[in-house]
Amino acid sequence: MVTVDHKKLGLMYIAYGLLFLAIGGAEATIMRIQLALPDMHFVSPEVFSELFTMHGTTMIFFVVMPILFGFANYLVPLMIGTRDMALPRLNAFSFWMTAFGGLLLYYSFIGGDGVYGAGSAPQITWWAYSPLTSRAFSVGNSTDFWTLAILISGVGSVGAGVNIFSTIACRRCRGMTLSKMPLLAWLNWVMAAMVILGISPLTAAQLMLLIDRYLGGHFFDTQAGGSAVIWMHFFWVFGHPEVYILVIPAFAFASEIIPVFSRKVIFGYPIMVAAVLAIAFLSFSVWAHHMFAVDMPSYANAYFVLSSMLIAVPTGIKIFNWLGTIWRGKIIFATPMLFCIAFLFQFLIGGLTGIMLATAPFDWQLNDTYFVVAHFHYIIVGGILFTVFAAFYYWYPKATGRMMDEKLGKLHFWLFLIGFHLTFDFMHVPGILGMPRRIYTYQANRGWGIWNLIVSIGVIFQILGIAVFVYNMIASYVKGEPAGNDPWDAWTLEWSTSSPPPSYNFAELPEVRSRRPLWDLKHPEDPDWSYE
Amino acid sequence: MSSIPVSASTEQEWVLPSSGKVSMLCLIAAESVIFAIFVVAYLYYIGKPTSGPTPAEILKVPIIDTICLLSSSLTMHWATRALRHDRIKMFLLLWGITLALGLKFVEGTATNWYWMIHDRHFTISTSLFGTTFYSLVGLHVSHVIIGLTGLSLIFVLGLAGKIKPKHFESVDIFSYYWHFVDAVWVVVFTVVYVISLHGIQV
Repeated sequence: MVTVDHKKLGLMYIAYGLLFLAIGGAEATIMRIQLALPDMHFVSPEVFSELFTMHGTTMIFFVVMPILFGFANYLVPLMIGTRDMALPRLNAFSFWMTAFGGLLLYYSFIGGDGVYGAGSAPQITWWAYSPLTSRAFSVGNSTDFWTLAILISGVGSVGAGVNIFSTIACRRCRGMTLSKMPLLAWLNWVMAAMVILGISPLTAAQLMLLIDRYLGGHFFDTQAGGSAVIWMHFFWVFGHPEVYILVIPAFAFASEIIPVFSRKVIFGYPIMVAAVLAIAFLSFSVWAHHMFAVDMPSYANAYFVLSSMLIAVPTGIKIFNWLGTIWRGKIIFATPMLFCIAFLFQFLIGGLTGIMLATAPFDWQLNDTYFVVAHFHYIIVGGILFTVFAAFYYWYPKATGRMMDEKLGKLHFWLFLIGFHLTFDFMHVPGILGMPRRIYTYQANRGWGIWNLIVSIGVIFQILGIAVFVYNMIASYVKGEPAGNDPWDAWTLEWSTSSPPPSYNFAELPEVRSRRPLWDLKHPEDPDWSYE
Repeated sequence: MSSIPVSASTEQEWVLPSSGKVSMLCLIAAESVIFAIFVVAYLYYIGKPTSGPTPAEILKVPIIDTICLLSSSLTMHWATRALRHDRIKMFLLLWGITLALGLKFVEGTATNWYWMIHDRHFTISTSLFGTTFYSLVGLHVSHVIIGLTGLSLIFVLGLAGKIKPKHFESVDIFSYYWHFVDAVWVVVFTVVYVISLHGIQV
């Protein structure tokens, strides 16, 4: 509980994220039960509004971010060959701030209306548009708990971002110049910089919201001359970089795992770095593509259409480079690789629907429908969660010293793949047929019934997949095969130390001469540094 | 294969930047974005309030406070230089002056706010202008107060004889924060007392 060790904190982050994944998943399941059939009354409209607010907030801030920070914490010092993060105490502080934020958010279920009204979570969606969040429309304290939870976990996130950034800048082992860093370190470096610059607008906006709600301020009060739209700008100038904050570490996992299981070096390392820098830079200039429906001037719409489409270029480069890595490799279809291959397909499709939605006239038709929900779940589940699973199977042996079971891993993969596609492929259809987001039920004659039923059935497969995954993690911890230092015959520094690594990571700090130091060690007759 | 052997062939210098400096610069970057958002809100809302006094009716330009705060950056710079050259007494003197100048700035703001709130009944909830004005200036002053807390801490430690030239780097890193707070004041001053006071619409 008082540890400052980067590996323990990393695992704590991940465990915390998994706990909230169960909670956020339960919320999604209840929503899918409610929507499985027309005219259902499983939950009331109010509860449904609370569920989608809490589901979104939980999944973004208390599942995906902690899990990705956890992996960054665990892996970055090992992969750059150092003993801990640059600021270990700040690291512990950041974790506990994030953890406290999650508790604060869920306290709203008990304390939302003070001691009287238990069970009143916020009903404001995860982006909390104004004026819905004003005192007049969000009575009680549940919205305040939401605001404070985001604010506090935001402080934790910025702390983690600063720490990851300065660890990579200042703690690389001897010989590891920027062009010899593993791609995972590069991508997490970019992610950390984006956290520092991207989370802060949200912090500022939440401060303004607190001033409005507690001090009688008028930032978002249209009666006093304030603007509701400026909240949208402030939120999305955080919100869109946030998407890339989540997806860039997912790219990082894919960039480490795909080469190892294709038995080839990553294709186009410098281009991969350049592409991620381009993505990070562009991602700060596209935010208002979430706001085409608010009637911006047409030149503003045109700008945000074009800047959003421009992001497809570096993203496409990354996909081609991953394919180039796999191309003519000796592919090993182990569980981590399966998840990465599925990621490539799904991320591509999610990206293509993204280009569709980035076209303003198309967006006017489908804005606020299930098509949008299907699009971003394709990225967040099909892209990010799949690589997170890949990362679990790939680095679990390093963290525990035991292999995860391959058969159960493949079962998990196929169950989750089927569930994912049943749910999120078919979710596009009711969206195109005009089914709006956030409705708690619909009439039978709308023609959305069959699609929603398929979507809900998919959830069953996803839950089964997750159950197999959790069982696999527990069972393998007890009786998994011993992993040894380097079970995958990989090339980066974390595999040079024991599994699990000692608290000091390396008995002797390593020195590297190429991007694949372990290859050099295993193949002294043909080292990488003679080519790079 | 528990560790990678250090090859003797590359015994060249391996120097990376100081993590304290990098982290402080990261923090400053994050803070800059927070200030930027508040500045954008302030600029966007000039001329928009539907009631309450205009900036010209209520604002008094804090010339002396501004001179105090900006010159405190200079005294702090000299103070850290004195510390590096092991002139502790000079360091303490200049550090004390920096602290006094910072306190004068906060005192000036407090007096001004007391006059506006107590005598003119102009508060954060009076109008949209009140909200943006008190938020932006208040956000800055709260950073000055955080800075003064750190300044006092180092000053007290210095009086107790605990600050030595080997602490130069820590003191220097802290001084980045203070210079940042000063630089933000230049922006806030321009936005509030130049642009909005003269009714320039953005």
